[in-house]
Amino acid sequence: MSQKTTYIPEPELVQGNHTFGSITSLVADIVETPAPRWWYIVFAISSLLLGLLLAMLAYLIWKGTGVWGLQNPVGWGWAIVNFVWWVGIGHAGTLISAILFLFRQGWRTAINRFAEAMTIFAVMCAGIFPAVHVGRIWVIYWVFPLPNQMQMWPNFNSPLLWDVFAVSTYFTVSLLFWYVGLVPDLATLRDRVKSKFGKLIYGTFALGWTGGNRQWQHYEKSYLILAGLATPLVLSVHTIVSFDFAVSIIPGWHTTIFPPYFVAGAVFSGFAMVMTLMLITRKIYGLEDIMTINHIEKMNIIILVTGNMVGFAYIMEFFIAWYSGFEYEKFAFVNRAFGPYAWAYWIMFLCNVISPQFFWSKKMRTSITASFILSIVVNIGMWFERFVITVTSLAQDYIPASWGYYSPTWVDVLTYVGTFGLFFSHFLLFLRFLPMVAIAEVKMVMPQADPHYYDEDGNELNQANDSK
Amino acid sequence: MSTKEKNTFGILAEFKNPGHLMKAAKLTNKAGFKKFDCYSPFPIHGMDDAMGLKPSKLGYIVMGHGLFGFLGGLALQIWTSTIAYPINISGKPFLNLPAFVPVTFELTILLSAFGAVFGMFFLNNMPRHHNPLFNSERFKKVTDDGFFVVIESGDPLYNEERTRKFLEDAGAVHLELIEE
Repeated sequence: MSQKTTYIPEPELVQGNHTFGSITSLVADIVETPAPRWWYIVFAISSLLLGLLLAMLAYLIWKGTGVWGLQNPVGWGWAIVNFVWWVGIGHAGTLISAILFLFRQGWRTAINRFAEAMTIFAVMCAGIFPAVHVGRIWVIYWVFPLPNQMQMWPNFNSPLLWDVFAVSTYFTVSLLFWYVGLVPDLATLRDRVKSKFGKLIYGTFALGWTGGNRQWQHYEKSYLILAGLATPLVLSVHTIVSFDFAVSIIPGWHTTIFPPYFVAGAVFSGFAMVMTLMLITRKIYGLEDIMTINHIEKMNIIILVTGNMVGFAYIMEFFIAWYSGFEYEKFAFVNRAFGPYAWAYWIMFLCNVISPQFFWSKKMRTSITASFILSIVVNIGMWFERFVITVTSLAQDYIPASWGYYSPTWVDVLTYVGTFGLFFSHFLLFLRFLPMVAIAEVKMVMPQADPHYYDEDGNELNQANDSK
Repeated sequence: MSTKEKNTFGILAEFKNPGHLMKAAKLTNKAGFKKFDCYSPFPIHGMDDAMGLKPSKLGYIVMGHGLFGFLGGLALQIWTSTIAYPINISGKPFLNLPAFVPVTFELTILLSAFGAVFGMFFLNNMPRHHNPLFNSERFKKVTDDGFFVVIESGDPLYNEERTRKFLEDAGAVHLELIEE
């Protein structure tokens, strides 16, 4: 063993010599000052897209699901692909807020608030697709166990019903978790805003928070329990989404690798989305001191790890298809890579397995341009993964006579484009009216928040002598 | 304000930093005060012990809710699938317990989360929009960078002059009388 050891301290989570007060104004001033002009422009564009989504949904409900590109044998197309993609994106928010909290990763505080907001809006986008996919949206309440005049109850053997429970629980719990985190920060805004109306609104939602330790005590307990609950929940949600496929008997779907593979893919795409959004907002709102290069690097490492898990799953799936000796399974995989949808398969492989490998290099991990480009590439790749899984298995399954080729229609495409309107219009409202960084939590990870920063009498210790 | 005579809610003492607040909390607890609280913009580690607080009972509330979700979810599925609406689905048994796992799990989580959030609000007396503390202009700093101790007038040891002196000695940089 070497005799010479040196202590390499973790880089400071908050940079730029901030005080508690300057952190508050850094975040809260964004809400209190008028919105910049670009905000109105982008918000107008997203609202237009949201209008497009509503128009497409109205058209779909009016005409029926026939306006989508679905036909025999491909009964699940873009709608399901988009559903799985959006739900997956949401998972990063919960991972950051719950799992990293349980692992005591202080760096999560810079990004958890808007990652959680992203989760909620992504799940909203996701939920639309299966809901309208039922065709007769006006009887959607049949999926819930509600007493009705027909004396019917849902079929609890069906993975599609499990999905209803999983996604609605996920949405509810994410919303509650987000709100609990917001309460102390809403109180901050209540105490700062000048307008009477603002005071009323923020005050109402702050629920009379005072910041007393008798409140913090229960609050912290609640936060810990919620994190403990959300962790198995987030793993269960994409597991159950994968059951929609894995519990069927279609070759290429009926595999036990699906649950972990879907969860890894979800975290992978979600982190990429958080990265995309974070790089834009930190630049525009000048939050570089809170969301530092270290944060970007850590997130890129997670993208690299989960990307490799996904890559491993692709290869393992292929191997097992051959090893199982099952003719149809083997065909399904060879057909994915070399059949009519080979173009989609190789886009997926390139984006999800090859592109994250750049992050082995520290230079790439800490480069903002590279992170931004790769985060978008990863999200494209993950969309194609869901497309490959959903469509290729259905288009060519058992009987060659019933094979087909699926293409989306303009309604499919515009509905998908429209969901970005839903997502971004909500996200922009969030950036405008709510604190996008968890103010109280960021203060908590600053060194001067720790009582050990002070001596017995409460005076600051000389940091130079601090040999921690 | 009202013409009625105002009652005192307590004394608000401001401290410079978390270190001073911690020390004041220890002293206040040691002096035997019961109706007091330490206010800060973020939770401070070790404050519960310094104030002599008992552990939060929230865990029991969550446990109760979770059990209700678990048993309720299971009962719902068993009752609907075997008694209310037994239906043969590709020859599967009516009482198909493995298939009931996901929904039971989700309902357990959902109800536990309700317990964790609404139980916390209940224990914290929230929502409570009228709080005498909000009468103080200075108290607004609590959500920014202010650290306060409030000793309430309802405390048996409370005496306006002596409590004032006590807080001053504990290192308060500013004292203020809060009216009801």
